[in-house]
Amino acid sequence: MAEDFWLNPWLPLMALATSMVAAVVIFALPEERHGLRTGVNLAASLLKLGLITVMVWGVFQGLEYRLDFTMMPGIEFVLRADPLSMMFAGLSAVLWVLTTAYAVGYLEYSPNRSRFFGFFSLCVASTTGIALAGNLFTFFLFYEMLTLATYPLVVHRGTEKALAAGRTYIIYTLSGGALLLLGMAWLYAETGTLEFTQGGFVEGPLTPSLAIIFALLIAGLGVKAALFPLHGWLPQAMVAPAPVSALLHAVAVVKAGAFGIVRVVNDVFGIEFARDEGLLLPLAWLAAFTITYGSLRALAQQDLKRMLAFSTVSQVSYIVLGLCLASPLGMVGGLVHLLHQGIMKITLFFCAGNYAETLGVHRIDELDGAGRRMPATSIAFTIGAFGMIGVPPLAGFITKWTMGLGALEANMPWVVLVLLVSSVLNAAYFLPVVHRLWFRARERDWPEEVRWGRLETMSWLLWPPVLTAAAVVAIGVLASFQFSPLSWAELLVNREYLP
Amino acid sequence: MSVHLLYAFAGAGVFTIGLFGMVFMVHLLRKLLAFNLMGSGTFLVLVGLAQHRNGVDPVPQALVLTGIVVAIAATALALVLIRRYFHLTGQVTLEPGSRDDEGHS
Amino acid sequence: MMSWLMAGLLFTPLAWAVVSLLVGFRTGRWLSWVGMVLQVGASVALWFAVARESGFYYALGGWQAPLGIELQVDGLALTFVLLTAAVASACGLHAGVYLDPDKPWQRYFWPLFWFLWAGLNAVWLGADLFNLYVGLELITLSAVGLVALGGDAGALRASLRYLLAALVGSMAYLLGVALMYGQFGTLSLAGMSHLAQEYPGLEGAGLAMALMMTGLALKTALFPLHGWLPPAHGIARSPVSALLSALVVKASFFIAARLWLELGPNLGTLALAQLAGVLGALAVLWGSWLACLQPQLKQVVAYSSVAQIGYLFLLFPLTWGVTEAVSQQAQQGMTLQVISHALAKAAMFLAAGNLILSTGSNRVSDLAGVSRFLPFSLFSFGLAGVSLMSLPPTGGFAAKWLLLQASLNSGQWWWTLVLLAGGLLSAAYVFRIYRASFVEHSELDQFYHPPRRLEAIPMMLALMSLGLGLVAEPLLSVMALPFGEGG
Repeated sequence: MAEDFWLNPWLPLMALATSMVAAVVIFALPEERHGLRTGVNLAASLLKLGLITVMVWGVFQGLEYRLDFTMMPGIEFVLRADPLSMMFAGLSAVLWVLTTAYAVGYLEYSPNRSRFFGFFSLCVASTTGIALAGNLFTFFLFYEMLTLATYPLVVHRGTEKALAAGRTYIIYTLSGGALLLLGMAWLYAETGTLEFTQGGFVEGPLTPSLAIIFALLIAGLGVKAALFPLHGWLPQAMVAPAPVSALLHAVAVVKAGAFGIVRVVNDVFGIEFARDEGLLLPLAWLAAFTITYGSLRALAQQDLKRMLAFSTVSQVSYIVLGLCLASPLGMVGGLVHLLHQGIMKITLFFCAGNYAETLGVHRIDELDGAGRRMPATSIAFTIGAFGMIGVPPLAGFITKWTMGLGALEANMPWVVLVLLVSSVLNAAYFLPVVHRLWFRARERDWPEEVRWGRLETMSWLLWPPVLTAAAVVAIGVLASFQFSPLSWAELLVNREYLP
Repeated sequence: MSVHLLYAFAGAGVFTIGLFGMVFMVHLLRKLLAFNLMGSGTFLVLVGLAQHRNGVDPVPQALVLTGIVVAIAATALALVLIRRYFHLTGQVTLEPGSRDDEGHS
Repeated sequence: MMSWLMAGLLFTPLAWAVVSLLVGFRTGRWLSWVGMVLQVGASVALWFAVARESGFYYALGGWQAPLGIELQVDGLALTFVLLTAAVASACGLHAGVYLDPDKPWQRYFWPLFWFLWAGLNAVWLGADLFNLYVGLELITLSAVGLVALGGDAGALRASLRYLLAALVGSMAYLLGVALMYGQFGTLSLAGMSHLAQEYPGLEGAGLAMALMMTGLALKTALFPLHGWLPPAHGIARSPVSALLSALVVKASFFIAARLWLELGPNLGTLALAQLAGVLGALAVLWGSWLACLQPQLKQVVAYSSVAQIGYLFLLFPLTWGVTEAVSQQAQQGMTLQVISHALAKAAMFLAAGNLILSTGSNRVSDLAGVSRFLPFSLFSFGLAGVSLMSLPPTGGFAAKWLLLQASLNSGQWWWTLVLLAGGLLSAAYVFRIYRASFVEHSELDQFYHPPRRLEAIPMMLALMSLGLGLVAEPLLSVMALPFGEGG
């Protein structure tokens, strides 16, 4: 009985359905039922967190959850929970709770909330689906669904600028989807299967068509992962409300792309095959270039959110770079950054949203003295920024240290140089902001200040960044604890890849 | 060349004339007449080609009969529409008039 | 039992057409709702009967061919009968509420509707060329009548243009039939296919084939013969547009496809197959492009039909000179495309009709700010759009996937580019509508919510087209022998 419960194949579907059902319920609720909507939202996100926790425990015990049915001749819909999918699903479940709470506060008194939260839930449902997808087809299904569900969020404000950003976003992502589809169809025609398999299902030798398929798949996924030169949509999409940016950057969209690249390299082509046939080296160069390029562009930004956006472009490529090292430690570093970057970046976006909502500050040069006015938010921001730079013992340091070791292990010392240069650049664009927060005195009034009683800002807005900042510290300090992201990534790499 | 095949070729000729009229005539009634010419041509081919077998084949006769009924129905419908169209616009061609007649749902 | 069901299926539409001719719109509405229940019941029962046993030939009234009418009742035909029952009932229910009963010409709606339905069933089930012609003409004439119901000069002009184009197409087809009969001495498709195999290289038959194909292409509005379609489909009342786009153009395509699959291997050529494919590809690109430019909502949907019809013609190159397995894939893909487009397009036109009812305007730009009111119909429109963009898990995706596989497996990779470009272009025109609905600065603060029933119907159709991809496997197994090999 207990065994049945743990092995329950419906568990992945239920995890998926919680946010899907929440979306439908929210769409059905009238606009003015704010309290009920918030309740549904939070209940669904907590329920989902519970389900994912159960599955994480089960997967840790070595169980596999799997649900499949045939959709078309040869094409199955497969949901499956393995360590890698649990990593991504866990991240999205945790951050969904926080982002929902944050969004409730952020959108208080603004119109169209029913529409917003409905698509927001759909977006999370797609992310869960991406995490739990057991074959490339199922992955593609949710990947496209994510595109459609995020569009209304990006254009939410309905301004000319938001609509233009939405258009750019949709052109990039749908074209990426088309490339992915072509690669997938071709792959199926060549191999006759799409099922994610440990060690990959593509069998050598490498033919030109396999190489083109690899390029097509990576290009299709690279759009969402914002690999250079496919990153153009990301900074533009910053016109969206802050919770959306937080979700896009930290959890859903860019991570979906990065996660997809991990899946394709590991479970479609197989990491050893890809490394031995030289497919990974060009990708590593591209990732290294994107890391440096994103940081350089971030240096030149005046708008806080745009700076964070370019920082994302840079940071997401760490994941790809770590993967391309194809050595155990390198992969651990890359995979763990999937979580670390998510939590650090969401902290930063929450804080940026708080500055904008409470003080009306959008530009970096208006931040002078904000530390005194909003100490908690500013401490959270500082922790996030230091984490990004890689100051020990924060989360970012763990990533960079592990990846550096991995690079030496893989005999690719130039990657260490890339890591160092990137850290210096990170410091160069984050430290001035931190300096302004704490060490500059305020000379003018805030552009649009709103007072919220005793606290520095509304409590819905305050607690999420504080919690995530605490997590940034915790997962760094407690990295060797059994369920820390680092340990999980080690478990994953030891169990699944590169024995 | 048998006389039946002659019918068939004549039918093809009539059909071609009808097609020409259908494409190049502008007046709606002429177009309708051209359509009827096409129909007659087709029926000639149908009857003519099939009769070169032994004796009379009843199937084409039946088909032509049905075909004529269909053609009459089409002609009647076209006439109703043309008449109504003429009443509304005073036009006998399909060229868009000066009046702005944007579609309603 | 079976013969009762067949009788019900064929007899009710004609009987209802005649009876509703005698009564007004309101009485006709009640009558028609009863008829729809009968039709749907008969279709479902027959479908399950054939799914359980197998297809059969049915001689109407016990008269055998050639003078009697013989029907070919197989899985594919019945799937289309079922599709017709679903879409036509949805349109009929919608029309009953949507159309204004007091307009003078409106009382002809029900008779024409039922004649159309009868014609459609005759085409799906027809086994010989001449009966197919009669069915096709029945469809054309009632469809033209339905377009003209709009009553104003624009509607009449569109319907006349439609009528003339369709009549030329019919005549070309009929001449082809005459030549075929002269060549083979039979009208049965199966018999003809048999004879064509025995005597290859008949030039008369090749000419006849070309004539019939041209005629049918004109009736299906294949590029560049599509000029009549957008005005007619755009100007007709919304339920009528839905019927036309979803079902009527499919009837002539269905005949063309059956001709091609029966006779193509012997009478077709590589050039003809590729030409059909190229024209289809151009239709996809040109239709989508024009759809992006239309200022009027329903014109966007109408041009989208031109594009979606283009996909269908990829059937021709993908089944000519390829292995049995590839041909099977292409046929399955095409069948799914027909079904999913029918459902999605009907949903789209009905939803567009509701939106027009709400905003009081047919212009895309007047949709500004509409999404604020969370109109149910906008959701339906969007869901149907997802199917047109052929994103998973819709039926459109299943179709596209099978076509992609067919073109990759047959080495004709260039069609994959058409399929992908078509998907992106359809996204362009669908997102154009969404985009308009998200604009915030409009003054609009009054919004008319149409009756729930009007809004529920397109949603159901859209959900069906969305779910089609999920049940594609069982559905395809019922149609395991596509395009008339049953019996």
